[in-house]
Amino acid sequence: MPVTSSNYLILSLLLFSIGIMGTLIRRNAIIIFMCIELMLNAVNLLLVHFSHLNGDVDADSQIFVFFIMVVAAAEVAVGLAIIAMMYRKVHSVDVNILNRLKH
Amino acid sequence: MIHYIFLIPLLPLIGFLINGIGWRTIPKNMGGIIGCGAILGSFIVSLGVFFEVNTPGFHTQIIPLFDFIKSGKLNIPFEFQIDALSSLFLLIITGVGFLIHVYSTSYMHHDEGMVKYFSFLNLFVFFMLLLVLGANYLILFIGWEGVGLCSYLLIGFWFKNRDYTNAAKKAFIMNRIGDLGFLVGMLMILYTFGTLSYQDFFKNLHDAPKLPASTYNWIAICLFIGATGKSAQIPLYTWLPDAMAGPTPVSALIHAATMVTAGIYMIARSCALYELAPLVSNIVAAIGLATAIIAATIALKQYDIKKVLAYSTVSQLGFMFLALGIGAYSTAVFHVMTHAFFKALLFLGSGSVIHAMGGEQDLRKMGGLGKKMPITKITFLIGCLAISGIPGFAGFFSKDEILSRAFASNPTSPYLFVMGIGAAMMTSFYMFRLYYLTFTGSFRGTHEQEHHLHESPFAITLPLIILAVLSIVGGYVGLPGVISEHHALESFLSTAITNRSKFHLEESTEWILMTVSTLAAVFMIVYAYTATKKPNFAPTTGLAKMMENKWYVDEIYNAIIVKPLQSISGLLDTWADKKGIDGIVNGVGKTVKWGGDRMRVLQTGQVGFYIFIMVIGMIALFSISFLLVK
Amino acid sequence: MDFYDILFWILSVMAVGCALGVVLSRNPIHSVIFLILTFFAISGHYLIMNAQFLAIVNIIVYAGAIMVLFLYILMLMNLNADAEPQKGLLVQIAGILSGGTLFLVLLAATKSAHNEEINKVSTNVGLITNLGKLLFTKYVLPFEISSVLFLTAMIGAIVIGKKEPQLKNGEEHIA
Repeated sequence: MPVTSSNYLILSLLLFSIGIMGTLIRRNAIIIFMCIELMLNAVNLLLVHFSHLNGDVDADSQIFVFFIMVVAAAEVAVGLAIIAMMYRKVHSVDVNILNRLKH
Repeated sequence: MIHYIFLIPLLPLIGFLINGIGWRTIPKNMGGIIGCGAILGSFIVSLGVFFEVNTPGFHTQIIPLFDFIKSGKLNIPFEFQIDALSSLFLLIITGVGFLIHVYSTSYMHHDEGMVKYFSFLNLFVFFMLLLVLGANYLILFIGWEGVGLCSYLLIGFWFKNRDYTNAAKKAFIMNRIGDLGFLVGMLMILYTFGTLSYQDFFKNLHDAPKLPASTYNWIAICLFIGATGKSAQIPLYTWLPDAMAGPTPVSALIHAATMVTAGIYMIARSCALYELAPLVSNIVAAIGLATAIIAATIALKQYDIKKVLAYSTVSQLGFMFLALGIGAYSTAVFHVMTHAFFKALLFLGSGSVIHAMGGEQDLRKMGGLGKKMPITKITFLIGCLAISGIPGFAGFFSKDEILSRAFASNPTSPYLFVMGIGAAMMTSFYMFRLYYLTFTGSFRGTHEQEHHLHESPFAITLPLIILAVLSIVGGYVGLPGVISEHHALESFLSTAITNRSKFHLEESTEWILMTVSTLAAVFMIVYAYTATKKPNFAPTTGLAKMMENKWYVDEIYNAIIVKPLQSISGLLDTWADKKGIDGIVNGVGKTVKWGGDRMRVLQTGQVGFYIFIMVIGMIALFSISFLLVK
Repeated sequence: MDFYDILFWILSVMAVGCALGVVLSRNPIHSVIFLILTFFAISGHYLIMNAQFLAIVNIIVYAGAIMVLFLYILMLMNLNADAEPQKGLLVQIAGILSGGTLFLVLLAATKSAHNEEINKVSTNVGLITNLGKLLFTKYVLPFEISSVLFLTAMIGAIVIGKKEPQLKNGEEHIA
């Protein structure tokens, strides 16, 4: 069975959904963060596939993927800094305890 | 000179502005000079206007000033109308006004707000002049409202006293009730005839086909309601005696000579309308007569000088309305003129007495003042003689004309005349009771008061003398038909107002009527003398008690009108305002708060929960868009 | 079956498997390892689609830098499998259900998309020259601004992570 566009679509969606499930199931803040990275990568995959699909015309999608990576990197830096600081306060990375937003 | 007519109201307005803005800084003498000077200037211009009007062949002139209301089909310009009626009133207002201003310079000299007082007085004269000069009902109404305002300001002039401010409020509110009637009448005129200007309105009444009588009746009665408020007739008269709380010159100017005559002016001006509404004319006469009698009965038993004079004013106004009601419009104006002279004289005289007594106004504490205050005594006596209708004095001619015309309007059943004579007799009695108790007999006051007694300064006595002279000679412009063929005043006014023409009496009848009224007046004077020889101030019972307590009218009004109104207001305050509107407004806030409390539960602070909800939201969005696209 | 297809299937299975491993493993270190493997799989996908530049960048940036950062933080916390708490069963089921529902809904939404045969011939799009040309002409502004973004992120991370000065007893910490 030849690989078609829908294959990539399903793969990307699957990875995305697994990422979502991960953020909902896990209680460790860092694991949740990693699942977010997983979601981003799923999207990246799909974008690259579309660029490949459209041929020589479409290089913009790959540029977009590049910038997604840029932003992801920056986000990870800041996010981990925040988590580290919270750990220093509460001595736990359990998301149920990190509920200061409530107030 | 007529082209300078705008100066007449302008000078008092300028006086008001100067005195009003600088009343804390302008020295008292300067303030007095500015105030009196403004009115004197108006008086001189009014004289010029009067002489120009008096020349034969003069036609009513309209002086336009500026466009006032111009909206669609409605066009009401700001114009003045110069004719006999307005020029006569101009003279009365500015002339008597000037004398009272001069009087006030001395009377109010010790008051720290004297300059403010003069600014109010000037403002009042300004509005009154506007009232009589206007060429349409709207300008009259502006002046009408303005004099009501100034009356309030001046009655409550000594504002630190709560009773005085209450009296001022009462005057203003009762005026306002009348004004509502006036406004409704004006709107009806506008609606039916499309114009408010006198000339167009009266021409319309004359030329246009006859409308059903009820139209004219309704308009006339509404305007009359306004007049009852302003000129203190039944049922809206109770404010006038309370208005005596103001300084005495104010009582003289506003509540004797000018403001209260605004109603007479208005009805005299609208004589063409009232001729077409005979039912209302009868009502006017009936109310005037009833007021005259009832006010006279109350005056019989009052112990405050100013209150006696106040009820006397109400009573005399009743006479004027009686004259208007029977169609003798020029007679009413005649009585306005003579009444202005002798009532102002009486009030100013009483002011002189109060001044000498150091503020005391109770008759029971006076007596024998004539020895120490000769000028006041003589001028007061002249005033009393004039009001009682003794021949030779001004009041005789005007009052007698009213009574004889009352007789002539219905010779077969002269109940108007008889009741009028009754009121006139009571007038003589209470006035001379006042005179005897104040100026003759022995002094009944305290020792310090007796020491303080002195004749008043020149600035007070000069106006008294001038007014006394006018009270004597002022009546000769209107000699009755038996003495002279030419009634100067009536022919002068005939260019502006026309009387009903059925006042012809036989010569002998007229002499009889004159004699009867004179004898009745003299009889009451003598009776008053004997009654007050040994003054008896015992507490009264029965009928006398009712008269002393003003027939409890104020109390009745309080119970029937004021209390229910207050309870309704209280009810509305609790139910409509606090629980209803506030409830709704607060309820909105409470609902939002309640909603917020419910929504707050969503903010658990747990990121996982937020993402969960986000996923649910995404699912929902996608499903919906997916279904829609399908 | 094409060589391309075989490679596709191998890489897909690897990616999905490792993703599941990330989500399901108890030891956080294991999750990190699994994620790195997932990244390798995805880079593989990029390569078979001839997006060379992105494949390399993916490995360098993601697997190399970001995952190492994660590892550092994990080492700092000294977590191991014992301390790993579990969410309540109900929450887990709810999470799985909603995730699965989302997958199905998205799938249904994109079902009617145009299903094209992939062009097995490699294109030149992913070559670094072409991307570079585009990056420095059409998208030069975002490119430059991303440097500012990094600067901000750096400063932010440092400021947030700064240790607070030691305070005396009883004083409130500086917010």
